[in-house]
Amino acid sequence: MNGAEFVALSLPPILIGVFAAIACAVPGNFLLLRRQALIGDAISHVALPGIVVAFLITGAVTTWPMMLGAAGAAIIAVVLIELIRRLGRIEVGAAMGVVFTTMFTAGVLLLEQSDTSSVHLDVEHALYGNLESLIWLDATGWTSLADPAALAGLPPELPRMAVVALLVGLLTLLLWRPLTISTFDEGFARAAGLPVTAIGLLLVIMAAVAAVAAFDAVGSIIVIAMFICPPAAARMMTNRLDHQMGWSIGFATVSALSGYVLAGYGPLWLGFDNSISAAGMIAVMSGLILAIAARFGPCRARVAGS
Amino acid sequence: MFGLGYNAILVTVGAGLLGASAGLTGTFLFLRKRALVSDAIAHATLPGVALAFVVMVALGGDGRALPGLMAGSALSAWLGLLAVGWLSRHTRLAEDAAIGAILSVFFGAGIVGLTVIQSLNTGRQAGLETFLLGSTAGMLFTDAMIIAIGGALAVVAVILLRRPMLAVCFDPGYAAATGRDVHRIDLAMMGLVMAVTVVGLKIVGLVLIVALLIIPPVAARFWSDEAGRVVLISGLIGAFSGATGAILSASAPNLPTGPLIVLAAFAVFAASFVIAPKRGLLASVLWHLRYRRRVHLRQGLLALAQGHPIYEAFTMRLLRRAGLARADGVATDQGRAAAANALLDERRWQILRSDPKFETTAALYDGLRPIDTVLTPDQITQIDRGLGPRGAA
Repeated sequence: MNGAEFVALSLPPILIGVFAAIACAVPGNFLLLRRQALIGDAISHVALPGIVVAFLITGAVTTWPMMLGAAGAAIIAVVLIELIRRLGRIEVGAAMGVVFTTMFTAGVLLLEQSDTSSVHLDVEHALYGNLESLIWLDATGWTSLADPAALAGLPPELPRMAVVALLVGLLTLLLWRPLTISTFDEGFARAAGLPVTAIGLLLVIMAAVAAVAAFDAVGSIIVIAMFICPPAAARMMTNRLDHQMGWSIGFATVSALSGYVLAGYGPLWLGFDNSISAAGMIAVMSGLILAIAARFGPCRARVAGS
Repeated sequence: MFGLGYNAILVTVGAGLLGASAGLTGTFLFLRKRALVSDAIAHATLPGVALAFVVMVALGGDGRALPGLMAGSALSAWLGLLAVGWLSRHTRLAEDAAIGAILSVFFGAGIVGLTVIQSLNTGRQAGLETFLLGSTAGMLFTDAMIIAIGGALAVVAVILLRRPMLAVCFDPGYAAATGRDVHRIDLAMMGLVMAVTVVGLKIVGLVLIVALLIIPPVAARFWSDEAGRVVLISGLIGAFSGATGAILSASAPNLPTGPLIVLAAFAVFAASFVIAPKRGLLASVLWHLRYRRRVHLRQGLLALAQGHPIYEAFTMRLLRRAGLARADGVATDQGRAAAANALLDERRWQILRSDPKFETTAALYDGLRPIDTVLTPDQITQIDRGLGPRGAA
């Protein structure tokens, strides 16, 4: 494959995959330590009804209404989970299970009932995205990267995902200390005067934004995998949160790169002419990294030294 | 039956049985506080489905044969379960993180498998996507029989294993101390859930079977505090949702069965959440209002007895409505008697709480409970000896 083809066909999806992976992995570190790892799972399921409702209202597959719809659905889900947990005195895992399965179901039903045959919106797309189709038709080679006219033809998911990844990163840097303190010792954080509840909510919102943006570009399967696998693997490597953050970003990048390359070129190397799902392959790669870290990572055991 | 066709009746019976077995087995998972393990199990079936298809085609058979696909999905779900267990026991990951990791990775592998199948036989759709959301179109009699037998076996297993499973749900430590093998009982519980998941793949699909395993137990929990009954109620709710969803979906074209079953279950949950006695929302609100009235009335009476003015409008309204006080805040005769009683009660409690002999009884003090509901008349006489002349206490 020459440069022109690579820049046009593979570079945008690779970059989108990497940005999506990083945007999810960064808040994932805190969610993992707070035992809220499955929030990402819940959010990516409830995004579906949000997106469908947004589509039914606007009648078109446009970005911002859909992002708003998904974010709104995520907030409704979090509120419902809290309601069921507090008022119904139901354990949080079960409350989550009730809410996200029902909302996902409602999304599926709405989708099947409404006429979406004319647009590219279906359950399979929602689950595993269409990373491979996010190509850059205007590119003619590496020089296009410096050509404003060609850059305008970039798939819109790329700049959006980059901005979201950057925002998530900046916010995490800015709020590093309060986030860390309230994650490790909520009582101390409260005593020190930090708005613990607001910080918790902000983290969930940050995760929701990352999830929704990534969901739109690459499907929910990567979102769930990237929220959990890279931070979990990083957790096996170190006892320091800043190092863990670094490891997780590295693992997320490696999973996205290797997953995309294996999915796109792997079958060709084996002599088949069809590529396989990149989203699925990225999730598998992150799982492979987690498996290796869980087996050999220096800090894999629960108690140090045992 | 409701003017349904042969196929619809088949689906209704199958869905009802599936709902019942999901409700029964899901309850144990819910009581063990591991409801979301079912999410991992369900997603982990997908690579097995894909692999089984490939193997069956390679052996020259029909890739879509249900028994083969079920065997494959059971195998990979079991692997997923073991992986969740291994990760949460042998590494520092909490169980929720292990669940999330396994479900996403296995599901990703399954998606890869599906796309591999697509590229293997281009032009011929394998139709395995129906396992994501289920499909009852073209369900065969043999399929229904497999689901019915699987569901019935799960029910029998629940009946046989209910005691050890409940013991482990409530107090794993105690169960282990009394010689039960907690780890194996847990595995049996998970195995049952896995069996139901595999059986349900065809009708509701792997994404929605999770709902059937979680929602009926949560709904049933509102109706009883007794575990055996919760299991039973949950099974009934599951059966009702399964059958209702199937009938509704047969009533009109274009209504998929799986989602309707889940929505039926959710409707039962929502109703339980609101109207269930004791644990329901309505009951809690009523209880809270009643409690508030009692507190205000008691405090109002104490104020009357001690001649304090009452500024709280709500308290005043309650006293007036009960005929205990007049609008200007002066007690009626009846009110004075009630107030004196309340004050006497409060004094008796005071003495009781300062006496270490009554330590356990004193713990019952909540400022509302009349003392003669916790002490015998003899004990009250004994306490009254400690009461000084009026006003001295």
